[in-house]
Amino acid sequence: MQPNVQPMRPLTLTAYTLVTANGRGLSPVLQALRERRSALTPCDFEDVTLKTYIGRAEGLEDFSLGNGLEQFDCRNNRLAWLGLQQDGFMVAVAEAKQRYGAHRVAVVMGTSTSGILETEHAYQARDRTGSLPARYTSRYRYTHNMFALGHFVRTCLGLRGPATVISTACSSSAKVFATADRLLRAGICDAAIVGGVDSLCLTTLYGFSALQLLSTSPCRPCDEDRDGLSLGEAAGFALLESSERVSRRGAVALLGYGESSDGYHMSHPHPEGTGAVKAIRDALMRAGLTPSDIDYINLHGTATRANDAVEDKAVSGLFGTTTPCSSTKGWTGHTLGAAGITEALISVLCLKHGFLPGTLNCERIDPALHSHILRNNEVRPVRRILSNIFGFGGNNCSLILGTL
Amino acid sequence: MQPDPGDALMKVSIHGIGLLAAGLEGWPAGRAVLLGIKPFVPVAVQDPDASLLPPNERRRSSDCVRWAVHVAQEAIVQSGFDPRDVATVFASSGGEMGVLDTLCRSLATPERVISPTLFHQSVHNTASGYWGIATTCQQSATALSCYDDSFAAGLLEAVTFVRAEEGPVLLVAYDLPVPAPLNEARPIMTGFAVALVLAPPSHRSLASMSLRLDEANQEKPTGMDDSALDLVRQDNPAARSLPLLNAIATGGSQTVRLGLLDSQQLVLDLDPCRN
Repeated sequence: MQPNVQPMRPLTLTAYTLVTANGRGLSPVLQALRERRSALTPCDFEDVTLKTYIGRAEGLEDFSLGNGLEQFDCRNNRLAWLGLQQDGFMVAVAEAKQRYGAHRVAVVMGTSTSGILETEHAYQARDRTGSLPARYTSRYRYTHNMFALGHFVRTCLGLRGPATVISTACSSSAKVFATADRLLRAGICDAAIVGGVDSLCLTTLYGFSALQLLSTSPCRPCDEDRDGLSLGEAAGFALLESSERVSRRGAVALLGYGESSDGYHMSHPHPEGTGAVKAIRDALMRAGLTPSDIDYINLHGTATRANDAVEDKAVSGLFGTTTPCSSTKGWTGHTLGAAGITEALISVLCLKHGFLPGTLNCERIDPALHSHILRNNEVRPVRRILSNIFGFGGNNCSLILGTL
Repeated sequence: MQPDPGDALMKVSIHGIGLLAAGLEGWPAGRAVLLGIKPFVPVAVQDPDASLLPPNERRRSSDCVRWAVHVAQEAIVQSGFDPRDVATVFASSGGEMGVLDTLCRSLATPERVISPTLFHQSVHNTASGYWGIATTCQQSATALSCYDDSFAAGLLEAVTFVRAEEGPVLLVAYDLPVPAPLNEARPIMTGFAVALVLAPPSHRSLASMSLRLDEANQEKPTGMDDSALDLVRQDNPAARSLPLLNAIATGGSQTVRLGLLDSQQLVLDLDPCRN
């Protein structure tokens, strides 16, 4: 009884920026992709003694937020702030604000853990009565609360439109594109800042360790001997506008998206990948495309045994064995709630610069996988890319990005 | 044509309501209180049934999950929709604050041993995920937060979804009392959960309303005349839904203004026509 998905009007990414462990801004990320340099290093986060590798953004301990932003100061918002400073993003947003008015620009952010590290520190610093430090409690709203990231970005950019934070674990900052499209279509706003930020914390490091999903080496997506993921941190943002308003030939745009649930288990993917298939199918329908129109698939490819196997089932079932696929988590680590925007923007780099990244750290492709998994980078024109993101709670989102 | 803020008009019908809070247990009882037929007597809520949850999942579930699933179930049953056809939006200011308290306590010990189950239950979309498991629904599921305005943000997401997809959406908003010491950072004293099944305009519904976004100006967000209910509204972000529930209970042509951040309001114009 659910109606068929209707084609959408493309949304142009007028400006975009990304900070990962590979560097600040798009150009070091592009360089790392081309040079096949992983940013994963042995875990040295705080006093964590887990034997694992992490993709840690440099320099987050070396500054704090000032100029009226003091109350927002925490690792997650510092990473967000670094992201906003790159690639002329603030200037592009200021121009959009001028064009449409501050109240006509929406902010839709994604994160899975927000500034939880502040709460972890506060619990370690409880006093003899068990109370939390006052300097933490007065800033909870601006640091750890799930909306803190949206509040911070909206404040930094001086925007007065609607704002929300989507938090659906790893799919968070992929789903922000869908929410932004709905706001734009409803005429609630004329432009939207979408993005996501997730930063390292004890909860995810010890949590994924407890689930026995952390690799002891840099993660090896699609490898026969893959043994789990590596955690990373990232901040990415994009300015979305209707392509009819800012249409430029050659501009990069969101062509489609699909959202679905597994309805199966909190932390295991559906064994047949039916939720993933629905997300991909809906994205294709919304883009008005068929599987053969897709030039490259950026896989969720976390390097856990289960994810890569189930994703392969979904992808090879729909695309057969010829569409090139790869995972870029060997470069960045799994940036959780920021994975959606990270991989959407890596896809944009592929479109802009005409290359496909081969799966880093994949030594021998798992013979049980049927998709056409790339091990080495390829230089070739790319027009349309599918990016998959799947998360806890069985929450799936697929995006299609392309050149207009 | 340039869309004008005043033209951003979106109409939806309400097909089912679920409600759970002290003194407001279930929509029929809550409606009677809102209409003044019964007094508001906030007696502590017993552990909700949430009978849709498979026994295994129910046993492991958090309070948030049981409250959210319980009201979602009440609303979906009333709507008559098959839950597998209904996309979902779950709105909560802080999500699983009780789980986070337990995790942060464990992470403050030298051993830092945390339960894998508790970890995957700490995500903001835990209730949404459990609803999906209970119903085997594979439609879109979104979980979001907008601090005190999470209900309004969830309603905006749900209504834009209904109109974009021309299909039904289940909106669930919930926040539970925050345990000590985390309540020093976020004092929420009373639990509140509400669910609405929204769909494209139809005559066979409980009520219809149009939504628009307005600049916050001279008009204040709508409050509750009953001071005890207004205290609940101010205490719990999910209870910011009370003025809308009140307007639905009362019926007739009414306007409800919900605050949305410092600069905007979500204005809900309820239709007088009802069956």
